[in-house]
Amino acid sequence: MNERTAPAPDLLLDVRDLHTEFATSNGIVRAVDGVSWDVRAGETVALVGESGCGKSVSALSIMGLISKPAGRITGGQILFKGSDLLKRSEEEMRKIRGREIAMVFQEPMTSLNPVLTVGRQITEACEIHLGHTPEQAHARAVEVLGLVGIADAERRLKQYPHQFSGGMRQRLMIAIALSCEPALILADEPTTALDVTIQAQILDLMKDLSRRLGVATLIITHNLGVVARYADRVNVMYAGKIVERGTAREIYASPRHPYTLGLLRSVPRLDEPKRERLAPIQGQPPDLTRLPPGCSFRPRCGYAVERCAEEVPPLERVAGTQHSACWEKDKLPVRAAKPEKVPA
Amino acid sequence: MSTAEMVAGEAPRTAPAGDVILEVRNLVKHFQVGGGFLGGPPQVVKAVDDVSFTIRRGETLGLVGESGCGKTTTGRCILLLERPTSGQVIFEGRDLMTLSPAEVRRVRRKIQVIFQDPYSSLNPRITIGQMLDEPLAVHGIVPERKARQDRVRELLTVVGLLPSMASRYPHELSGGQRQRVGIARALAMEPSLIVCDEPVSALDVSIQAQIITLLEDLQERFNLTYLFVAHDLSVVRHISDRVAVMYLGKMAEITDRTTLYAEPLHPYTKALLSAVPIPDPEVEAERQRTVLGGEVPSALRPPPGCVFHPRCPIAIDECKRVVPECLEIRPGHRAACIRAPGYPAGAANA
Repeated sequence: MNERTAPAPDLLLDVRDLHTEFATSNGIVRAVDGVSWDVRAGETVALVGESGCGKSVSALSIMGLISKPAGRITGGQILFKGSDLLKRSEEEMRKIRGREIAMVFQEPMTSLNPVLTVGRQITEACEIHLGHTPEQAHARAVEVLGLVGIADAERRLKQYPHQFSGGMRQRLMIAIALSCEPALILADEPTTALDVTIQAQILDLMKDLSRRLGVATLIITHNLGVVARYADRVNVMYAGKIVERGTAREIYASPRHPYTLGLLRSVPRLDEPKRERLAPIQGQPPDLTRLPPGCSFRPRCGYAVERCAEEVPPLERVAGTQHSACWEKDKLPVRAAKPEKVPA
Repeated sequence: MSTAEMVAGEAPRTAPAGDVILEVRNLVKHFQVGGGFLGGPPQVVKAVDDVSFTIRRGETLGLVGESGCGKTTTGRCILLLERPTSGQVIFEGRDLMTLSPAEVRRVRRKIQVIFQDPYSSLNPRITIGQMLDEPLAVHGIVPERKARQDRVRELLTVVGLLPSMASRYPHELSGGQRQRVGIARALAMEPSLIVCDEPVSALDVSIQAQIITLLEDLQERFNLTYLFVAHDLSVVRHISDRVAVMYLGKMAEITDRTTLYAEPLHPYTKALLSAVPIPDPEVEAERQRTVLGGEVPSALRPPPGCVFHPRCPIAIDECKRVVPECLEIRPGHRAACIRAPGYPAGAANA
């Protein structure tokens, strides 16, 4: 079952009111605009949203990988095991990256070093972070390849990334991420570049490893099906803000933000009889340099009222652990209802 | 707006499926790789290996499969962007392989394409207007300049863009808007068949739904026939009347969409369906899933017998030796699996 009954105090990562900005030729982009969320030990949390909503920048902010000087974190705290990562020096961050918090990226080919053997890319991390001798590191490399289901480890370790298929490379990325036994893995669209049967394999693997090894996972994705299958808790982002949060079950059963509702209605489902028409969200994703006043989703929202143009709705509790940032959150239709007529 | 003239000579859509507009018969496309002066002997990739299907006028045939299954190559052969190694592509009763270059040029107008990536399929140096104007002039569809400008504005409106977009360049447009331009460009030729090659997979979820809805509307309005090539089974199920599943260059299964999703006969189809997550945690928690082991083998060295047997949960010894033909098992339902219930015994090629 998806609900977790773990008590609240075991917060592993606690992001509070994070602001990350980029200076562009068109003005300041508030990619992450006052966002708070957390991850408890061992659980899987999802950040969901479309391109430019700030989900990847959130992960890069945690890792201290925002490219300066264009980008900077202008406010907030990132508490990892209780201490603020934003107060750490670059030197200290280097000890945390890969050791305490590891990352798995979307495109494994661009995140692996093409001129180093696969083995070296795993052992290097173990030697630097864990102080392993080359022999210990090699043994660890063999072990983690086994964990991620890559057979014939001794031979594979001598190969180069180009000799691996897409799915195998992503397994390799996970092996590297796991090699130093991190407490948290940030997975940014880990399966988007993969075929659907391989996607299922990789996600099942990540879920299984997270259960067995107690590693918490933050999964960043745009795929609502992936979230439904793998995440315990969900944060939906739009234009740099969290617009809805809750357990996966809460949010999918009864979305309380028009954006979440719109997303769920705009994807065809394999298990439902064919709908005559999808109900797409109208309009274009927002230009972050020219956000409208009030709620950023208002121009595309079918439920907007006058107030939405004036005041930014705060993220407030609806029921249970579910929160929504919408002035009309109590008036939204329930999801089971038939979608309204779609304007032509 | 003169929508009736848009597809000249085409009757308005009456039945969901009319006469056969396209028939692909035993299509084979092999690519030779290697064999340069540094390499060894050339090797052959069987990208498409004996694929047959038909599409009826006004319907949408979905073509699904994973990377390297040959779905895009099949589409490119139909578009005459690749010359098939063997087989026939019969469009409106004429085998495209036997046409003269002049005839090919005329037929090309009738078969258009919408590509996956609207960023790389639009020329960055010309305006949207020029992009739509040029083919109208070249093919002599609208010879008069003033009328062409009207037609360009009309096309933009048809795909849900403002006529003022004609003066914009591709970089000024969002991904969804660019895909609309790609659609307008295909429509400009007044085609009867459009090959949609992963038309929404590069787009955000909310924009995907807009484009799918647009494609559905246009189909109804102009009686278009689609070959919808995609890897997303949920999207394919939504838009298609019939669905063909390919695996490693071979046709695995083909039938109408309801049957394919409700009663798949091929174990690969079953596994594909099972791999697609459903956006509902309650449903997902209850679901019995078959997760396929292994990966798609290299098309350079396809397995002997049934190409799917190394990953197949129900393979038997015979599957390693016998290449299963894609045969009709029930009316309108073909599958290439000797283990499928009802598969004619002894029909497979030993």
